[in-house]
Amino acid sequence: MTSIAVAASPLVEALLARADDALVHAHRLSEWCGHAPMLEEDLALANVALDLLGQARSLYQYAAEVEGAGHGEDDLAYRRDAPQFRNALIFELPRGDFAETIARLFFSSAVMLPWWQAAMTSPDARIAAIAAKAEKEITYHLRHAGEWMIRLGDGTDESHARMAAAVAKLWPYTGELFAAEHETIAALLPDAAALRPAFEATVARVFAEAGLERPRAGWMQKGGRRGVHTEHLGHMLAVMQHLQRAYPGAVW
Amino acid sequence: MYTQALNQKDVAPATASAEDPERLARFEARVAAEDKIEPNDWMPEAYRRTLTRQISQHAHSEIVGMLPEGNWITRAPSLRRKAALLAKVQDEGGHGLYLYAAAETLGTSREALVEQLLSGRAKYSSIFNYPTLTWADIGAIGWLVDGAAIMNQIPLCRTSYGPYARAMVRVCKEESFHQRQGYEIMLTLARGTAEQKAMAQDALDRWWWPALMMFGPPDGESAHTDQSMRWKIKRFTNDALRQQFVDATVPQGHFLQLTFPDPELRFDEASGHWQYGAIDWEEFRQVLAGNGPCNRERLEARRKAHAEGAWVREAALAHAAKRRARRAAERQAAE
Ligand SMILES: [Fe+2]
Ligand SMILES: [Fe+2]
Repeated sequence: MTSIAVAASPLVEALLARADDALVHAHRLSEWCGHAPMLEEDLALANVALDLLGQARSLYQYAAEVEGAGHGEDDLAYRRDAPQFRNALIFELPRGDFAETIARLFFSSAVMLPWWQAAMTSPDARIAAIAAKAEKEITYHLRHAGEWMIRLGDGTDESHARMAAAVAKLWPYTGELFAAEHETIAALLPDAAALRPAFEATVARVFAEAGLERPRAGWMQKGGRRGVHTEHLGHMLAVMQHLQRAYPGAVW
Repeated sequence: MYTQALNQKDVAPATASAEDPERLARFEARVAAEDKIEPNDWMPEAYRRTLTRQISQHAHSEIVGMLPEGNWITRAPSLRRKAALLAKVQDEGGHGLYLYAAAETLGTSREALVEQLLSGRAKYSSIFNYPTLTWADIGAIGWLVDGAAIMNQIPLCRTSYGPYARAMVRVCKEESFHQRQGYEIMLTLARGTAEQKAMAQDALDRWWWPALMMFGPPDGESAHTDQSMRWKIKRFTNDALRQQFVDATVPQGHFLQLTFPDPELRFDEASGHWQYGAIDWEEFRQVLAGNGPCNRERLEARRKAHAEGAWVREAALAHAAKRRARRAAERQAAE
């Protein structure tokens, strides 16, 4: 089925960016379901994935309304191709081992918790309402991921080495999470750059307890917010969108 | 049901043969009076063994059952369906967790039970050794497999062992939600495009007979039925439950305007039951013996997850031990 063209205003783009982050991250987390290191984590990671999927749906629905072209949440999720996705690169990287999955959840939650907290006071009532729910969910995600950062950082030599490797691998992808919003909608959404101190404080607190070292400032990877992705996203979408693309017009 | 493999003979250790007849009589009187048996109560060793096997088989089935449906989470065709499927597979994992906890109250640890699954000694429901080939299989599993599970599990809500009965009350509520959700997927497909309808029919063709096999071997061949019935571990025979399932399900399939893959299926006015053709019990035996289409993949997936997660579980234990040691040192320093 052909892709849709989204009439992208700055607000639609910004909503899609957060919705795509949540959907793509949920997809990677859902790959663990039935394969996690322990049954409790099968359940916990599925829970987190469900929360993120719920956030993605609310954001797509609102983006579709703002766009006003008659699209629905499924058009936005299933009928855009990789260059039209606006998620940050960190979310599309393969799920990796459990340390990578936890480090990704930790870094993203450490940014998104203050982001959603700030969004709760947005003058846009829809954004504020989505934020009020998301903030509670991300509070739990950050606690869960933070506890695992500490367990794995502190646990055994192997778990420490794996976590240190995961941190080193993912750190260069955290910069993109702080990209500024378009100036015309700056009043509606949090200023991501202003969230840095909160993120750094969370990282410092958890890393100290985990015995991990914060990587030095260095080159940051970016591109997802303008649709220039890694090679991984195309494969993910080929799987995710398969039925919608193979049976045009069918209702499921 | 998820505990169909009860046709294994209960091999009693030689030492356990002599139960105190007085205690046994008191136990049987309590069971007959519909009293619940609780973990700290005295119970015959054979009762403990049978229940441990049944509950752990049920738990293993929930866990292995996450795999065939988990196969479609990343491909679910809409965001609503994806969320519902992910939540369903998560529920099955939760069922596994309560059931392992119920089995542990009988004195065998979850680690030991999981080890029995991974080594291939423990059984799990034959149904999960069949592949999920199209999206319609997700509908068919919810409708038929969760539907068959409910038929078996509703009587288990009144089973004589308290922790199992209570786990089943919670599980049954969720299974009936799964069943309705699966039927709704089938209905959407059956009313959809010609391709979708064909997908739904193909799924029914492949899942119908394996679903009937979920109730276990025919009554004449089920080694455990008598004693399990007397001890109220089981309340209806395999064949009675199978008939109840067929009677409930056939009209639902007709409402979907789908055809059951059984030319002998017909309504018998005299008995008021749907009569069905002969079940291929050789296929059932082969699947239980490890020769189903996916036995190897299912066990390999469980073993792989367990092996790849070992370092995580070790780290969690090591961290907990270090934390205890640090706390103890702090307390000592404070004194
Ligand atoms: Fe279940
Ligand atoms: Fe279920």
